[in-house]
Amino acid sequence: MSKSHAAGAPPKRTIDIVNASLKRRYARERRFRLVGLAAVILGLTFVGLLFADIIAKGHTAFVQTYIQLPVTFDAETLDPMGTRDPETLARANYQAVIRDALRNEFPEVTERRATRALASIISVGAPSHLRDMVLKNPDLVGTTREVWLLADDDIDMLMKGHIDRNLPESERRVKDQTVGWVEQLESQGRIEKRFNTIFFTNGTSREPELAGIAGALMGSFYTLVLTLLISFPIGVGAALYLEEFAPKNRWTDLIEVNINNLAAVPSIVFGLLGLAVFIALFGVPRSTPLVAALVLSLMTLPTIIIASRAALKSVPPSIREAALGVGASPLQTQMHHVLPLAMPGMLTGTIIGMAQALGETAPLLMIGMIAFIVDIPSGFTSPSTVLPVQIFLWADSPERAFVERTSAAIMVLLAFLILMNLGAVLLRRRFERRW
Amino acid sequence: MHSSTLLIIVLGLMSLAYYLGRKRAIVSAGGAGRISTLHSLPTYYGLYAALWAGIPAILLMGLWTAFQDEILVALVKAELPGSMLEGLSPGAVGLLVNDIKNLASGAIVSRVATPEMQAAADRFALFSQIAVWAMWLGVLALAVGGMAFAWLRTNPRMRARNRVESIFMVILVVFSSIAILTTLGIVLSVLFESLRFFQEISPLDFFFGTLWSPQTALRADQVGASGAFGAVPLFTGTLMVSTIAMLVAVPIGLMSAIYLSEYAPRRVRSWAKPTLEVLAGVPTVVYGFFAALTVAPFIRELGMSMGLNVASESALAAGLVMGVMIIPFVSSLSEDVINAVPQAMRDGSYALGATQSETIRRVVIPAALPGIVGGVLLAVSRAIGETMIVVMAAGLAANLTANPLDSVTTVTVQIVTLLTGDQEFDSAKTMAAFALGLTLFVVTLALNVIALHIVRKYREQYE
Repeated sequence: MSKSHAAGAPPKRTIDIVNASLKRRYARERRFRLVGLAAVILGLTFVGLLFADIIAKGHTAFVQTYIQLPVTFDAETLDPMGTRDPETLARANYQAVIRDALRNEFPEVTERRATRALASIISVGAPSHLRDMVLKNPDLVGTTREVWLLADDDIDMLMKGHIDRNLPESERRVKDQTVGWVEQLESQGRIEKRFNTIFFTNGTSREPELAGIAGALMGSFYTLVLTLLISFPIGVGAALYLEEFAPKNRWTDLIEVNINNLAAVPSIVFGLLGLAVFIALFGVPRSTPLVAALVLSLMTLPTIIIASRAALKSVPPSIREAALGVGASPLQTQMHHVLPLAMPGMLTGTIIGMAQALGETAPLLMIGMIAFIVDIPSGFTSPSTVLPVQIFLWADSPERAFVERTSAAIMVLLAFLILMNLGAVLLRRRFERRW
Repeated sequence: MHSSTLLIIVLGLMSLAYYLGRKRAIVSAGGAGRISTLHSLPTYYGLYAALWAGIPAILLMGLWTAFQDEILVALVKAELPGSMLEGLSPGAVGLLVNDIKNLASGAIVSRVATPEMQAAADRFALFSQIAVWAMWLGVLALAVGGMAFAWLRTNPRMRARNRVESIFMVILVVFSSIAILTTLGIVLSVLFESLRFFQEISPLDFFFGTLWSPQTALRADQVGASGAFGAVPLFTGTLMVSTIAMLVAVPIGLMSAIYLSEYAPRRVRSWAKPTLEVLAGVPTVVYGFFAALTVAPFIRELGMSMGLNVASESALAAGLVMGVMIIPFVSSLSEDVINAVPQAMRDGSYALGATQSETIRRVVIPAALPGIVGGVLLAVSRAIGETMIVVMAAGLAANLTANPLDSVTTVTVQIVTLLTGDQEFDSAKTMAAFALGLTLFVVTLALNVIALHIVRKYREQYE
């Protein structure tokens, strides 16, 4: 019956059907594989793009523009009485000294608005720099020196090419007149870009050219140290108890489920906890490393506990049995034999937890770490901010110069994170052990 | 007279107690040669003495610092003339007490100091002086007393090791309870404030209202400042940003997991996987910066060139970047479950003549599906709880919109904006943040529990 049906065409065998579809199937196979490869490449591109973008935006922040001016430390202005009294020198008008130096450099500028524009090419931080120079060496008074002064952030941006000189004047922050002055100074070799030490030694500031990350770095340092001091012993202790001593009952089950869930609670909720419990209830002073460390400790605890339990699990029971066999008490067995063997794994987990804590921002906003604090913190209870929050604050600043500083701060933060993660990887490799 | 000085002194006393206790144990045994007559090693006698010197003293110190302020304030308030407190709201009383404290410490005071306030401030200063002295005396006495107690009880028959070990066990139990206490703290802190919030604003208005404008009036006659707490725009905003993020993260994450675990040569896998995982380690504030300063302007330019009207802070920018952040979560969780699918199932499929991609699509993925779904749910809960990217790139305006090019706001953004800057603990505005926090906590917790349940249940199938 079927033969008559297929009388004209040769009979279709299964292998023919397969062969006919093979080409299509192989094409589909290749497509699928290609999509997978594309996904991986796309992901890697994002990594590359992120880093390239940050570095492209931020690498210029590591240099800073300085302007050289012959500064006359006029005795009339600085020390009219001639006493060289440090207090008089500290309170003298260094702004006037700079103004005179600029006037001598550009004698043709006389109009009031122009002189003001001229004065603004030097940073507002320059007078205090001159004051420090004079206080350190009072003999400077009455002499004329060539001094490199910090340029204003607009000039800095112009020199670094972030402000395009070819734009029409009305669309540009720096006017033609100022560009002319800068080009004049440039042709005399009086403008120079130097390594930006201010960025690493100053606290934050409203003036981009004076803003640095030292305050945030110290705040992050104090916070991390305290977080480590709180969360490491508690995490290891909790893991030790739950893994080795705890009876398996409803209570320990509850604790275990709880720890897993805590690891997945959004970080901002920990901020709410910190605000309501530590600040409102216990009166811990806000915006201090102390309260930040308390919140971050609670956040990193699950990470440390889970890693420590895994480390304890990997220690073979024979070690415990041997120790118990020679008469050690259970606690001695743990302290002298099991814990040292599990320590590398615990430390790896702790470093990863600390890296999370270092990069965390959201809960710290709740507990006042976003206060504007210029001073470099001196202890666990002095007001401070931390690096990621500083990044958040700078990212919000309208000045163009803060963009590069934000990116530079991000580079510093990422450098620390990469170092920490590298440390964790090396530690794991170094102590990896096969039983 | 800083309390950290006291803490250092107590720590010093503890080491002294350790030294003395150890020495006394050896002496009581009859010299270093006869230690074997002791019940425990001499170290344990030392530890025993150190614990007795330290723990009670440090406990007292902690309790004292926690309650000193409240007790002092209560004492000073009791002495204030009743006419000063009459008719004042609790908030106003708090302000008054604050002023008295500032007056006592010489800080800036918000009002002209009356003689009564000055007297109260003097009393407060005197009391705090006395309290600090009393704490030092009490703590030091307790430390020395504990040391002496341990010293007297040290003899060869005392079971020092057992005692020290039982103290250690108590400490370990306390440490492991901290996880429970944290959860309790979270629940109670957000719950109390939320309940107070829901007394003022009906939950119906909160969960189903469509207008979000949390400004409350400073004066009763202000215009348009009654405050509207309809959270629907926030929920839809959160949902939209998370959906965009998942649309980016799930295909890319899943496909890279498949490629890396099934196709990629070992060498490629060994560097591609850690490089992708870098995305998970980058702080979210960095993504926020990237989204706000690079991606959002780029999308805006692109949209303008196509004649679209794109807000400078769009849901799309925040969602895209958040998706990038989540890729490694999806990929590593899916990779785990894909690897857990037994090789025998693939071999069976190959034996039937299926190509590799057919095997993956028809056999591996269906087998791994519950695990993948669990992983995706975990990623969703991360997206919902993510804060910094949306704070920096999604905007503040509570728009009820379905257009991803518009600016939207999310639950986490509103929590941050409500709780940073000036805040009073009693206003509906502040408490609204806690209500949002409670919602966030409950939703993400539910998602996590479901996800963990699915992942775990699935994993057991092949083991």
